[in-house]
Amino acid sequence: MNDLLLTIIEVLIKGMVLVTFILLGAAVQVYLERKISAFIQGRIGPNRAGPFGLLQPFADVIKLFMKEDIFPKLAFKRFHQFAPVISMGIAIVVYAVIPFADPVKITMADGTVKEIVMGVAPNLNIGILFILAMTSVGVYGLTLAGWSSNSKYSLLGGLRSAAQMISYELSMGLAIIGVLMICGSFSLSDIVTHQKGWFWHWNIFAQPLAFIIFMVSSFAEMNRTPFDLPEAEPELVGGYNTEYSGMKFGMFFLAEYSNMATGSILLILLFFGGWHLPFPQEWLGLQTGSIALGIVQLAVFLFKLLAVIFFIIWVRWTVPRFRYDQLMHMGWRMLLPLALLNIAVTGIILFII
Amino acid sequence: MLEAYFPLIIMVVFGFAVAFIFMLLSQWLGARRGTKEKQTVYESGMVPYGNARERFSVKFYLVAVSFIVFDIEVVFLYPWAIQFKELGIVPFIAVLIFIAILFIGYFYEYKKGGLKWD
Repeated sequence: MNDLLLTIIEVLIKGMVLVTFILLGAAVQVYLERKISAFIQGRIGPNRAGPFGLLQPFADVIKLFMKEDIFPKLAFKRFHQFAPVISMGIAIVVYAVIPFADPVKITMADGTVKEIVMGVAPNLNIGILFILAMTSVGVYGLTLAGWSSNSKYSLLGGLRSAAQMISYELSMGLAIIGVLMICGSFSLSDIVTHQKGWFWHWNIFAQPLAFIIFMVSSFAEMNRTPFDLPEAEPELVGGYNTEYSGMKFGMFFLAEYSNMATGSILLILLFFGGWHLPFPQEWLGLQTGSIALGIVQLAVFLFKLLAVIFFIIWVRWTVPRFRYDQLMHMGWRMLLPLALLNIAVTGIILFII
Repeated sequence: MLEAYFPLIIMVVFGFAVAFIFMLLSQWLGARRGTKEKQTVYESGMVPYGNARERFSVKFYLVAVSFIVFDIEVVFLYPWAIQFKELGIVPFIAVLIFIAILFIGYFYEYKKGGLKWD
């Protein structure tokens, strides 16, 4: 009973910290997006709220909360209300299975050593399956938002996002199989542990084709340019969120940015060695399980995450948007057969070695 | 075994609670001055023509149907991929045959134009 209580308290604290960081992370990403886009387009970007405009995202959130929340007359009120809740809830829940560093051992006051895992439930043996399942549920948020608004733009945006996300989910799932064959586990911690040591142990060198397929598909899953057709501003105004205002619009925004972080984290965990340095971490001379090593690993993780996010934002302001038929052709006619081919080739190579 | 899923349940409750509170706050904090024009749907500033319950392209349904077929294929492959090293060569050949059969179906759909979008 006491153990159960302790677990509940531990998970609650971790959950609160995690949710805070997800929301803060979304704010940081919004700021980065605006600053980097300004840099690329030769503008200044936000610079009024706080030093270097750092408080801009917070000002935006307060503004969104104070805005009027409009229900269109024709909308289905319940669905219209709960679509952003689904989107944002799923975006937060996905983080439950993500590990951020190796477990840290802490000596308690009575001398017992307690192992603290960095994450809510990172050792869950279905980690990747859970994330894939949750991203599938995430489609409901966008589709319901588009359908329940009863507006033509929203409906088209919702349909487009549903078709796009399920199409690219396939190639994403198939690309992961190559990694799973090498690592032999669904648990994200195991997959990262498998890649430790020198940087050529990272899965990107073992699975270059899977990496490319996964990256393209995760761009499509995140609804980022060049695949941002669900909200293509010049064609669909805002797509599924046309009829949303106030913080409900902001919730879709938050969900989108936290999905962007999830996608980047998956990319890092599956292909870039997670929290491991590009050289054996024994060289640092830090003890396994010590707090110092945990901090170093978190820093490495954060650095990789920022690099990938920078890359994603960079792509947004460099590459033009696809046409919808091109998008579908790429998903079904290129990536799907390529991903199947990748499985066969990986299997044959693994048997030869 | 099932205790491992316990943090997950807490996290699900927690995540949706946060989202729910955000939604309620958004409804309570914002101003409420709905006018008739404000509550019509956006249609480039014109008076909306009908509503959005119209027919749309059948292609969206086709994509959904193909998705189900191939998604089940992916789910079948996962358990095999995890046990790949232990299982050895015979299941690998079986999986190759499985993929080949699905590929015939894929090729048929391709030739029939089911994957064409215009």
